[in-house]
Amino acid sequence: MKTLNALSAALLLVASVGSQAQPEYDQYARGSYLATLGDCTACHTTDAKQPYAGGVKINTPFGVLAGANITPDRETGIGDWSYDDFRRAMTEGIGHNGKRLYGAMPFTAYTKMSERDLQDLWAWIQTLQPIHHEVETNQLPFPFNIRTSLIAWNWLNFDKGTFVPDAKKSAEWNRGAYLVQGLGHCGTCHTSKNFLGGDKDDRFLSGSVVEGWYAPNLGADAHTGLGKWTQEDIVSYLRTGVNRYAIASGPMADAVRHSTQYWRDEDLRAVATFLKEGKTHDEEVPQPLAASDDRMKLGAQIYEAKCSACHSPGGRGERNIFPQLAANPLINQPDATSLIRVVSAGSRGVDTDARPTAPAMPAFSGVLDDEQIAAVLTYVRNSWGNAAAPVSASDVKDVKDDMK
Amino acid sequence: MKKLPKTDVVVIGLGWAGSIIANELADEGLDVIGIERGPWRDTARDFNIGTVTDELRYVMREELMLRTRQNTCTMRNNPSQTALPMRTWGSFHPGNGTGGAGNHWAGITFRFQPHEFQLKSHLTERYGADAMPAELTLQDWGTTWEEMEPHYMQFERVAGTSGYAGNLNGEKRAGGNPFEGPRSGDYPTPPLRQPYGPTLFAQAAKEMGYQPFPVPSSLVSEAYTNPYGVTMGPCTFCGFCTNYGCANYSKASAITTVLPALMRKENFTAYTNCEVLEVLTDSSGKKATGVTYVDSSGDTWEQPADLVIVAAFTFENVRLMLLSHIGEAYDPVTNKGTTGRNYAYQTANNVTLFFDDKNFNPFIGAGAVGMGIDEFNNDNFDHSGLGFFGGGSIRVTPIGSAPIGYRPLPPGTPKWGSKWKRALKDNYLSTMSIGCEASSYTTRTNYLSLDPNYKDPHGRPLLRITFDFAQNDLKMAQYCTGKVAEIAKSINPREMIVKPMTGHWSSVPYQSSHVVGGFVMGADPSTSSVNKHLQVWDVPNLFVVGASAFPQNPGYNPTGTVGALAFKAAHAIRTWYLKRPGEMITA
Repeated sequence: MKTLNALSAALLLVASVGSQAQPEYDQYARGSYLATLGDCTACHTTDAKQPYAGGVKINTPFGVLAGANITPDRETGIGDWSYDDFRRAMTEGIGHNGKRLYGAMPFTAYTKMSERDLQDLWAWIQTLQPIHHEVETNQLPFPFNIRTSLIAWNWLNFDKGTFVPDAKKSAEWNRGAYLVQGLGHCGTCHTSKNFLGGDKDDRFLSGSVVEGWYAPNLGADAHTGLGKWTQEDIVSYLRTGVNRYAIASGPMADAVRHSTQYWRDEDLRAVATFLKEGKTHDEEVPQPLAASDDRMKLGAQIYEAKCSACHSPGGRGERNIFPQLAANPLINQPDATSLIRVVSAGSRGVDTDARPTAPAMPAFSGVLDDEQIAAVLTYVRNSWGNAAAPVSASDVKDVKDDMK
Repeated sequence: MKKLPKTDVVVIGLGWAGSIIANELADEGLDVIGIERGPWRDTARDFNIGTVTDELRYVMREELMLRTRQNTCTMRNNPSQTALPMRTWGSFHPGNGTGGAGNHWAGITFRFQPHEFQLKSHLTERYGADAMPAELTLQDWGTTWEEMEPHYMQFERVAGTSGYAGNLNGEKRAGGNPFEGPRSGDYPTPPLRQPYGPTLFAQAAKEMGYQPFPVPSSLVSEAYTNPYGVTMGPCTFCGFCTNYGCANYSKASAITTVLPALMRKENFTAYTNCEVLEVLTDSSGKKATGVTYVDSSGDTWEQPADLVIVAAFTFENVRLMLLSHIGEAYDPVTNKGTTGRNYAYQTANNVTLFFDDKNFNPFIGAGAVGMGIDEFNNDNFDHSGLGFFGGGSIRVTPIGSAPIGYRPLPPGTPKWGSKWKRALKDNYLSTMSIGCEASSYTTRTNYLSLDPNYKDPHGRPLLRITFDFAQNDLKMAQYCTGKVAEIAKSINPREMIVKPMTGHWSSVPYQSSHVVGGFVMGADPSTSSVNKHLQVWDVPNLFVVGASAFPQNPGYNPTGTVGALAFKAAHAIRTWYLKRPGEMITA
């Protein structure tokens, strides 16, 4: 991504030196930015030296899929595709020669893209270096590996159609909606899925487990969603990876590292505007556990001994380095998968150009057993304005088993 | 030996000085390669809070220090002796790996005082040429406070240094150090909160008419984001600080403040576990052409470069220059030559106070939290008729009473048995100590050279240290430690141990890692190795940066000045050198 940006900058320089307009370059630059918005690299680049040559493995509940080679290589990439092939793949999930794409390729979101954006993105793809790299995209077991099953899947789970602006809303809101629902494909991780792996539309961005992490609720709920986040909190998180509540970790760290840190300010603000006006998912706010609860008492001791040096007594955290735990919607998610994972296995926050520190949360599974991890998380989830279901030792064991 | 493609800049050592310069020159758009003899280290991987509080590993077994098997020094007290190699570190701790000694330092971040930079001229003017003890070879630095100040500021802003300014733009402020030079800006973070010991000391000092101040510290007191966007967290006084890497991102080092930003730059590359063997010069000897280094597989490489920056630890800076035949090796008999000249150390003095009725909770500590006074440091007091120059920084800085090493025992305690145990139990909580980190002034026979007998695994001679305390410094130690004892006495301890530095330098007990000089800066090429921009005389594309450039050592810790010199050299390269590469800077 950095190489591409450097290239863009160099080309921009050339463009600005030339006295005439450079429509071809402008279209390339727009397409390059669209690829950043869509984070194409997340699934299509395994090795930075072979950009977009595919091969990234995507673990789905049905088995493994791999991102395709999308370079213009004729044999292993999409070099023999036409624009119409590309357009159909992006908006209908049907590739070259009628081959159907699995929903892991978020065509269910990209279908919202405008014709112009599709053309620009296609123009940019034509400029990629063709790389000969064979990728077996479909590594699913029988019967999921039968692509014709996708006809029924699409019928149930896919609504085709370009984004239609809401005339009652501002241009900024509409831009945000277009980005969140379309290229940004936020719902791919943050929308809970039905038994077929399709989005539950009425649960758009309400939170979901993805690749062993819980992608949190991005709705307007104050307790578990973005209700308390300011527009600036959202922009800061996406731009720098850091805000008062969180440092991006896990799959979101990759999304920030490769994509959102490079989004234009106006696009980040548009996303924030749209998310801030999102719907609530009617989360019932539970009552916190009593401090006298045995789990809470044990958790308080562990917190003081193991956590408070960085996260501070009272969970207030330290700006830009140790996230605040008090009154933090991310702590209150109904599903504690991410919290269990971070405490037991540790995690390293994202590094961005704006915030290169990338502080690490150490792994505690060597010093705390499952019951202790459950107790300290139960304590954090029920202290300082937080309230959420207690975590059990078996919850901890399940997450740890999944990580093995 | 294989030859690699040429690069713009090669930097030797990725501790404080090397990382700072590499980052500045990468910002200039140059292709920079940093070569570090030790391993890659970073906080997230190496200094995990769950494993870092391990005294056996980091103190007893010296995890962060250079392995003496890889490289060590030989030592003797005077030129008539035959030096012997140090097979375990004692007196000092050379660091190793990215971050260098900046990982295991205490964090004390003094600026040297304005008069230090013209020390010889200043003392001569104030006391007359006859007052100068004959044994001393003090020198001016060839630079001034005014030239240094902006670079101290740069370093403090990168390190997040905490403290309280005593002299802000010439205006004296009560509560700060009244003896510091005028600062152009306050400390980036406020002073740390003080434990009981320093508070008690400050109170006693104040009652005696002194002006105590919080010791300036690069352990940040609150979350701080530096100009590179790198964030540090506040110090928690965990007590595992000096000799350890910081797990809380609180202690400034190259790895917590510079390298996270530097490593993102595509025009910077780090080679770790690669030891530089030699700085290469062309046939004229006036132009550096690159370096040779050996990697962890034992293969030797040549890395050509247009500009070479040597920024290793003091010892290795000097040794590399001797091995590369750059400058003339110093000879104490003829008093000619500059490479190895004016080696100095630090004079460590101490008073320990035993109480019956006080609890210092000594496990609460940090490398650089404390209160100090400067009334008896450097030339802050009248030396007329005293027969010595120099002085020390008097202070209480509880570093944390680690479980293995901290054994506060009053005089007369048996070496073992139940009485030993009883004494330890009785005194563990109720003992404090006042230190006096004092100046070390240079003499003709204190110098660095190549050892004629002992070699490293690559067959290169080890560095030989010839050092003993100057008579000047021993007199100073008596005087200043006496002043410390007066303050100590006023606190009414049950008993105390007064321990000024006496006798000969021993390489065995740890004293200080503040080894300085040997490739000193100055205005006169006959008595200095580098000019005021740290540029080697007669080899214009070679800069040697670090405490090796100090012509003598004042009564302060060196790191703040090492950082400032690194920024100063980088500034000179960016502002002047690159406009006329290959020429000596005349600015």
